[in-house]
Amino acid sequence: MDIDALAGCLASPACLVTQTTSGLIIGMLLFLVAVGLTLIFGVLKVVNFSHGAFYMFGAYFAMTAYQFSDSFALAMLCGAAGTAILGLIFERVFMSRVYGADVLMQLLVCYAFVLIFDDVVRMIWGPEFKSMGMPSAFQVPPLFIAGGVVPPYYLLLIGVALVAAMVLGLGLARTRIGKVIRAAAHNPGMVSALGINTGLIYGGVFALGGMLAGLAGALAAPVRSLTPGMGFSVLIESFIVTVIGGMGSILGALVGALLIGLIRSFGSLGFPLFTEGLMYLFMVIVLVSRPSGLFGKEVA
Amino acid sequence: MTELQAERTPETLSAPRIETRSFRSRYLDVLIALVAFAVLAALPLFFGSKALLDFVIRCSAFGLFATSLNLLVGYTGMISFGHGMFFGLGAYGFGLLMQRTGVPIPVAFVATLLITAVVAAIIGAICVRLKEIYFAFVTLAFQMLIHSTILTWTSLTGGDQGLRGGIPRPAFLGIDLANHVHLYITSCALLVLGLLLMRQIAQSPFGYTLRMIRDNARRASFIGIDVWRAKLTVFVLAALFASTGGMVMAMFVSGAYPEFAYWTISGEGIFINMLGGVTTFLGPMVGTVLLLNLNDTVTRFTEYHGIVLGVVILFFAIGLRKGLMDYVLEWYTQRRDGSGERG
Repeated sequence: MDIDALAGCLASPACLVTQTTSGLIIGMLLFLVAVGLTLIFGVLKVVNFSHGAFYMFGAYFAMTAYQFSDSFALAMLCGAAGTAILGLIFERVFMSRVYGADVLMQLLVCYAFVLIFDDVVRMIWGPEFKSMGMPSAFQVPPLFIAGGVVPPYYLLLIGVALVAAMVLGLGLARTRIGKVIRAAAHNPGMVSALGINTGLIYGGVFALGGMLAGLAGALAAPVRSLTPGMGFSVLIESFIVTVIGGMGSILGALVGALLIGLIRSFGSLGFPLFTEGLMYLFMVIVLVSRPSGLFGKEVA
Repeated sequence: MTELQAERTPETLSAPRIETRSFRSRYLDVLIALVAFAVLAALPLFFGSKALLDFVIRCSAFGLFATSLNLLVGYTGMISFGHGMFFGLGAYGFGLLMQRTGVPIPVAFVATLLITAVVAAIIGAICVRLKEIYFAFVTLAFQMLIHSTILTWTSLTGGDQGLRGGIPRPAFLGIDLANHVHLYITSCALLVLGLLLMRQIAQSPFGYTLRMIRDNARRASFIGIDVWRAKLTVFVLAALFASTGGMVMAMFVSGAYPEFAYWTISGEGIFINMLGGVTTFLGPMVGTVLLLNLNDTVTRFTEYHGIVLGVVILFFAIGLRKGLMDYVLEWYTQRRDGSGERG
């Protein structure tokens, strides 16, 4: 434990800015993964245990596209589009067979794919750590805000995640498709009786969730190292985020993700060995006081 | 209780009959257990192969673990995805007690069970009121917490290297666990005894309370069952048997490694249950033998055994939609009923 370091950081604006930005990027990446998880759960009523694999595939797709084309924009596009297609296929071919089956079956199908996807990545890209490298457009001197160091790429990352959150939130609340999705989450039988193809909506929502996780992976690729199995810790953390925020709530996912991000970045100063423990501790406190999460509606 | 009911309503007269049947079947269970133990114990006399004995020891460790998970998954409908934490806890608790304190093995065994009970009671108190998928993931989160604690608390646990240097195994009561055959017999005894105890729990009135909670928790609570307490009790009981499995494993490999507490152990446990089937008591045991065989065979042929395992899981989850023993049981009942109609 190193409370002095934490107190020292809180007193200095430079350190405060640096730690807050690093907390924000952890939080934003987590948000992109968690919001897909929460969306899929809200509409399809399944927990996509293999969601971390989409994050992993997003990162690997982006790395490969970047190596071939040297274009950062194309890398992001490949990461997002590739995982969207993967999500659509996965949902239509496999997950759609276990709707209505008990949770154990859904968990097992996803568990099978965690094993398969990790090995597929190991086969294609090899078991060793990979790195995409920072794109040349962002290899510029960092910004200094109140004395704290902020790499420009971090700002882009936070910006993209915020835009995604806003588009998603407004899209679900205001557009026709958003209304249909919300209706399907509420009463799929009625929606289907009104002549709307619910299978298409399910596939679409799964693809959207996969795409967001893939985008998170692609955005993370320049700043994190890539390894098979990298998705799993992200999955656990994003599940913690959805539990804290409340399953099915987008605002909850955003708030939960930012809280976890900040806990991680400041916790690593004060409690370097117990950073993960802090996260679980926070989850336990939330669960005990509010079992349905901070923004959850129904009682879990 | 039964007498009271019998006086009040004649319908419940059938209750004592069930009592006697379960009384008789209890003796039958003990008999089966004794025969099974005798067969297992006689094995080294006929087959000298060390590999076979090793295989049975591993089956004991994982069988105890998987069957205890079935108490939660199959009997109570609590899908724990973090049950492996107690396996790891047993292995580490036992290993550390033996390495650090030098107490006799039975003392370390009981002490580890006590530690497991306390930890399971604390974690269970937080988890068991959550439903289905929340329960699954929060138990998983606790598993990861224990795993990361093991990794970071290097001074106690040895970090990612695990507990090395071997676990001392002083002889007690004439049993010398450093001797391979003694270790084998002890593992078999623990397995058979553990299975027998779990069978008693499953067939007891408490076991039937658990089934009722699984089928309709709300109705169970209406007739005055404290659902939370029953769930917590079975959570702790299952943890004790999982911990015993972990201890068998620690004795076998003479160490403890972080993988014992990793989430994949829980995943394998769930998969074993699925493979063997959750509707029969011995299903998980059958699943254990199948999975360990499968693992051994697959790793011999390919390094990508995740893909093969994944495909097998998919075959069971999407293709059969039930475990092997479920399938056999269904086939058997259909056949019996079919021939009954004809005859």
